[in-house]
Amino acid sequence: MADKDYILNISDRRPTGKYITPILKGLGYTLKNFFSKPITIKYPTERREVSDRWRGLHRLKVDDRGALKCVACGLCAKICPPKAITIVPYEEAGETRYPKEFVIDELRCIFCGFCQEACPKDAIELTKVYDFVDYKREDFIFDIEKLKTPEKYIFNGK
Amino acid sequence: MLEFMTILIIKTLVAFTVSLLIVAYSTWIERKVLGHVQLRHGPRRVGFHGLLQPIADGIKGFFKEELIPDNADKPLFLLAPIISIGAAVTLIVIVPFGDKITIMGHEITLYLTDLDVGILFVLGISTIGSYGGILGGWSSGNKYGVIGGLRGSAQMISYELSLALAVIAVVMVSGSLSLIDIVNSQTGLWNIVKQPFAFVLFIICGLAELNRTPFDMPEAEAELACGFNVEYSSMKFALFFMAEYCHMFVFAALVTTLFLGGWHGPFIDGPHWFFLKCFVIIFFCVWERSTFPRLRYDQVMSFGWKILLPFGLLNILLTGLWMLIFNM
Repeated sequence: MADKDYILNISDRRPTGKYITPILKGLGYTLKNFFSKPITIKYPTERREVSDRWRGLHRLKVDDRGALKCVACGLCAKICPPKAITIVPYEEAGETRYPKEFVIDELRCIFCGFCQEACPKDAIELTKVYDFVDYKREDFIFDIEKLKTPEKYIFNGK
Repeated sequence: MLEFMTILIIKTLVAFTVSLLIVAYSTWIERKVLGHVQLRHGPRRVGFHGLLQPIADGIKGFFKEELIPDNADKPLFLLAPIISIGAAVTLIVIVPFGDKITIMGHEITLYLTDLDVGILFVLGISTIGSYGGILGGWSSGNKYGVIGGLRGSAQMISYELSLALAVIAVVMVSGSLSLIDIVNSQTGLWNIVKQPFAFVLFIICGLAELNRTPFDMPEAEAELACGFNVEYSSMKFALFFMAEYCHMFVFAALVTTLFLGGWHGPFIDGPHWFFLKCFVIIFFCVWERSTFPRLRYDQVMSFGWKILLPFGLLNILLTGLWMLIFNM
């Protein structure tokens, strides 16, 4: 019996002879919609809140002194499924290792978040930035400087 | 004579500028109202709330590429949009915006001409306008275009008849074919009270003449891929588009003139009442478009011939009886 509510038989679709009231009802419905608040948002200026676990552009974290937390261990590059991360480590005797180059190809990246999980120093994280646009492929290859401030690349409609 | 000519030229320029501005901005109204009915915002990037959108669309229309299909009938293909827009713009001539006013000692009428056969002129010229669509569909060498054009002509013939019947009832009540006299005859009581059935008939047939949903047979997007204008691009397409909205403005003006008392209204009579009523009718056109789905072709035809035509004839008969009995 419950099926009857949403399964219509063809015989139910025959003209019922009622025309005026359904037309007025329809007009009333659209007029009500016209005066209600749109459910779409004015996208570049207004944006929807994404989940806290959203996986967007990467950020390389820095510590209190402004130095990169990364020690260039290479675990992220190792675990990265599409091999989007390239690291060139640099080490002086007695000093901490740090990455001389840390490049992520954002076009290769599949935003799985494995790098974030693999990192022993909590040095890389995925931010909520999801709408980075640019004109050239080269612009999507992010180096250390770009990776420090991914918020700069939020699309602003220009 | 010189004074008369100067006044006439200025009046023509002003009337056409105002009308075409309304035509341009009715596209904005259409997009905005449709958007809000569908719980969207509509255009709002170009200018304040998208107010410069019609201008941007026009500029874009000019700079688009002109395409003429190989198997098109070239002269007719070029002529069709011109007929369409020409007939539509010509109709502005008889739109009565307001009564006589006096500016700096000159008596100026707020309409371009007062034709004795005004309403016949409207019916005739608006039918010529539909030739634009028919020829455009036929000459573009496209099957969808031909079907759209043919459907357009069939629908135009069917609904023009009932439209004229609705007008006849109004003419009977007003006693004149001139639009100015019709407006003046409704000083106290608007024709919508005297002729409610003719009003409904006129609105339905007018929507069919305008090719608007639920009667948009000639350009059924889903079935005919835009019908008669499928091969048109750039400014030629924009001209068809403008003609359609120009017809919508003239339709609004006609409803205002024939049924809603033209420039008459509470407090002060004047063009502001005319424009307000026009705006309400244009809003209604968009509103009903957002509500109704398209009718099937055979339904459109049978509705026109089997329901509207007898209804119109009956209305004329009843009006005549009424006038005979009450000796009006």
